[in-house]
Amino acid sequence: MNFIPFILWSDALVFLLLAAGGVAAWYVRRREHLLLPWRRVARSGVAMVSLLVLSLFLLVGFLDTLHYRSALPQTNGSGKVYSPEVLSVFDSLVGPLRTHTEKTYSEPFALVLYAKESISDAQGNIVRDYPRLQYGGAHLSDASRRDADVVKRALVGGGLGLLVGLLSFYLTHGTLRCTSGCDRGVFIATLILTTFIGAIANLAIVYHVLGTDKVGQDVLYLSLKSIRTGLIIGTVTTLVTLPLALFLGVAAGYFRGWVDDIIQYIYTVLSSIPSVLLIAAMVLMMQLFIDKHADWFDLAALRADARLVVLCLILGLTSWTGLCRLLRGETLKLREMEYIQAAQSFGVSSLRILTRHIMPNVMHIILIALVMDFSALVLAEAVLSYVGVGVDPSMISFGTMINAARLEMGREPMVWWALAAAFGFMLVLVLAANLFADAVRDAFDPRLNGTESKA
Amino acid sequence: MNLLKVDNLVTRLRNGAAIVDGVSFEIAAGETFALLGESGCGKSMTALSLMRLLPDGVANAGGAVQMDGAALFDLPEHDMREVRGGKMAMIFQEPGLSLNPVMTVGAQIAEVLALHQDIKGMQTNQRCIELLAQVGIPDAARRVHEYPFQLSGGMKQRVMIAMALAGSPKLLIADEPTTALDVTIQAQVLRLLRDTQDKLGMAMLLITHDLGVVAENAHRVGVMYAGQIVEQASREQLFSRPLHPYTQKLFAALPDAARSGQPLSAIPGSVPPLGSIPQGCRFAPRCDQAWALCREQTPKWTTVDGRGVRCHLYNSAESRVLRTESLSRHSALSTRDSALGTRYSALLQVEDLQVHFPIRKGLLQRVVGQVKAVDGVSLSLPQGRTLALVGESGCGKTTLGKALLQLIPPSAGSVRFAGNELIGTKSSRSAMQMVFQDPYASLNPKMRVAEILEEGMTALNIGADSETRQAHIDGLLDKVGLARDSKWRYPHEFSGGQRQRIAIARALAVSPQLLICDEPTSALDVSVQAQILNLLKALQRELGLSYLFITHNLAVVEYLAHEVCVMYLGRIVERGMTEEVLRSPKHPYTQALLSAVPRIDGAGREYVKLEGDMPSPANPPSGCHFAPRCPKRMAECTAYPVEAEISATHVVRCHLYDRRD
Repeated sequence: MNFIPFILWSDALVFLLLAAGGVAAWYVRRREHLLLPWRRVARSGVAMVSLLVLSLFLLVGFLDTLHYRSALPQTNGSGKVYSPEVLSVFDSLVGPLRTHTEKTYSEPFALVLYAKESISDAQGNIVRDYPRLQYGGAHLSDASRRDADVVKRALVGGGLGLLVGLLSFYLTHGTLRCTSGCDRGVFIATLILTTFIGAIANLAIVYHVLGTDKVGQDVLYLSLKSIRTGLIIGTVTTLVTLPLALFLGVAAGYFRGWVDDIIQYIYTVLSSIPSVLLIAAMVLMMQLFIDKHADWFDLAALRADARLVVLCLILGLTSWTGLCRLLRGETLKLREMEYIQAAQSFGVSSLRILTRHIMPNVMHIILIALVMDFSALVLAEAVLSYVGVGVDPSMISFGTMINAARLEMGREPMVWWALAAAFGFMLVLVLAANLFADAVRDAFDPRLNGTESKA
Repeated sequence: MNLLKVDNLVTRLRNGAAIVDGVSFEIAAGETFALLGESGCGKSMTALSLMRLLPDGVANAGGAVQMDGAALFDLPEHDMREVRGGKMAMIFQEPGLSLNPVMTVGAQIAEVLALHQDIKGMQTNQRCIELLAQVGIPDAARRVHEYPFQLSGGMKQRVMIAMALAGSPKLLIADEPTTALDVTIQAQVLRLLRDTQDKLGMAMLLITHDLGVVAENAHRVGVMYAGQIVEQASREQLFSRPLHPYTQKLFAALPDAARSGQPLSAIPGSVPPLGSIPQGCRFAPRCDQAWALCREQTPKWTTVDGRGVRCHLYNSAESRVLRTESLSRHSALSTRDSALGTRYSALLQVEDLQVHFPIRKGLLQRVVGQVKAVDGVSLSLPQGRTLALVGESGCGKTTLGKALLQLIPPSAGSVRFAGNELIGTKSSRSAMQMVFQDPYASLNPKMRVAEILEEGMTALNIGADSETRQAHIDGLLDKVGLARDSKWRYPHEFSGGQRQRIAIARALAVSPQLLICDEPTSALDVSVQAQILNLLKALQRELGLSYLFITHNLAVVEYLAHEVCVMYLGRIVERGMTEEVLRSPKHPYTQALLSAVPRIDGAGREYVKLEGDMPSPANPPSGCHFAPRCPKRMAECTAYPVEAEISATHVVRCHLYDRRD
């Protein structure tokens, strides 16, 4: 074996989340009435299209979570020596994107750098001109043939993608006609997506589709790598937020009295501390801790990851108050409902009332709040990176991308593609998540759906 | 000359279902036309169509409305605004929601005045005070500057009426104007509407589901069912001889003492969903006089003796014989056991129960007063009997019910159930259960019926395993008249009456001996109410249940209860057998309460007018609580009266009946 799998802390948390999701799915699968709302989700076109987009993001994020260290050629006595560089399965899949590094900025589909340099031409004269890129469009000898080549490659890639899409549809449905049991919108969306991905993939092999950044890294690669950071910030943080907000909020609303007082004091105090300061203090403390115990964090990846996990924790600790307050208010309303009193008159225990009666009835709030938080967290990460207390500068994220691009916005001519790429990816990710959550909420609201009774 | 002429009005939902389907009627000046019908039959939509204020997704699809010579549907929106409020004003059901809470009452009336009467500046205040005085608000000059939250429900409805009158409309549309009010207040408001109409000669379109209100106020009546007017007649004609089977059923479904022995003739099923009956008579599925023709052919509007009806019974030649099924509603009192309550051993014995809520103020939350919601109530309820607890809203009857179940901790007193003291213990959860008022709020929307029914059994460890419990649930559903497969459905899939059946089944799941029913039928339509009352009665016979029936509906009390307690401001003022209390009420409050109930027989009744509203239980009047409103107030009333026995079972707390020896 010339590599060993390597699990970072954030990877472990992601696996934990996936395991929890798997267990939940298994539990739901065995219960027909819990499965029913998900069937309704599956019938909703918007939900399926957004799920499709979302699952592409999740797939990229997941592949990027499977880390390994490859073996170096030299050996150290009996044992192998592994590279200090931690790579992911995703890195190895998109190999050329990662390794094709130019000198500095270049525009999307450019053949030359964005800045003039002194270069010596064939005759040995020094001229100031835009030098050719090392990788971008290097296969073209004549610069004027670029446009035709781009179109050709896009068509070929798109055609292949379309074929793959049709083939996968044929394999799953056994026919190419979208009749019953098939949503036309989803079908078309799938074909469009596979075509698009095919075209991009075929182009990305030889061009920098979204240009390159200051140190010549491919922006498409950076954007794709940022997905994992965004997803982790968005989901792992909710691991911290959700239990706190749910249990404290519901308990405060249901029990009232001193329980309510204490919980209210806690979140009032917490939300009156400027959260940026709190986060900055925590992140700097973590940085100090890492520096002090450098031997615990012997790899750069470990250091960056530790900072990411701490950032998630602290973001979670500061952002549960809003949801908690919301849930407390809703519970205050629900506890006066007559079905709660009916349960009390049966002597049903408080814990059971909380879990059976109150929690299912606040789920829609949680679902919406989480998705809103998800987008807010992805954005918060960008802001914090700007202040310098976000993720480790070596870690690729939307925040660091935007932060880097920010400096070049004032430059003439403007370097726009890094910002546009980060913006576009974030928009699609957040929008897909929002639409999907909306469809799920609708499917779970019994008042909006006439359920079919179980046979 | 008719003021308003509605001709073949059709209002449809976007999806094509007709909510109002070919409604025609006329109203003359000075006349009250009542639209009577159950919820969802299109009464309010008819009114909103007239005002051209239909909500989104509902549109007018035909017909014509002539008012004062103008075709309302042809007017441009600008002119229509003049009509609304100026010629045609509307008052709504919920006075608490139809006034703007951040504007003073005067400012809200002034708005109407400025728009329609062009009264501005100094005159406005004067006119507002006049209007408020006209609707019987005492101290109008001061009230003009008050906010809606400072007024009671009855006062708010008066303000709404004053607002409607401010534009001097020719037609007043009153949409369930008294449904949200207590009987005594309802009587005041109905009288006010009558008097105002007499004085101003307005026409009135009264929308209601209450036959009593119709009997009190209407001149002519249109009975609506599933979007159509099925019968139209003058009040006298309708009440002496209803023609349409639906109207007959409505009358028959009303509970009263005369029929307390036999089950009410409930109308099976519920109002069909919109557009579900494309042809044939819409009432046919629920009608026991329906025959094949009723399902095939939509009945025509038939005029019989100057009144209209939409029924095949009256237009097919062979059945021209009018079925003048006289409703022998005043038959002799059925044999009911008038045995004395003392003969039954008491199942529930409540003594001097008090529920006080502390009023806390200030930083340290010091107790500065007590809201005495229940203030020393004693009662006893024997096995297999029904005790009704009657009173207006806010008198503490619901609090009492919840305190008995220990849902609210009582402050003092004792509750003994089958001889065991309950206060301070958590036992006998299963022996007492509650059926709540609002079947829409009392079932968890996220739980299926089976889970709802199973919950109590699980909590109290009834039924050995899931199999026995499921079998028990099937039995319960049979008992309350629901299909067994309904247990896999969610509550929102059921109608109000069915939901109330589920709620009853839930209470019965733990085999209680006593059911506390908190206004179980007040959220239901008359025909459905009859189904539920029948069910409760059958269950009592079958299972020997005792009921503590909390209600403000005296007709239900007459029908169902063996004994009655009348509550006022946290205390019981009169107690006795149902007949004693309702036939010969002794306490002035009971008398006033009974006289305020609109009766459908139209029999002349002495109306005892009550002044003002119920005082706050935080600050009850000293002495007899009722004294400030009592028409028979005396000097002794400054002291709280002791119990005076009228008979062995009839007890009243009033100085009028003090033994003076």
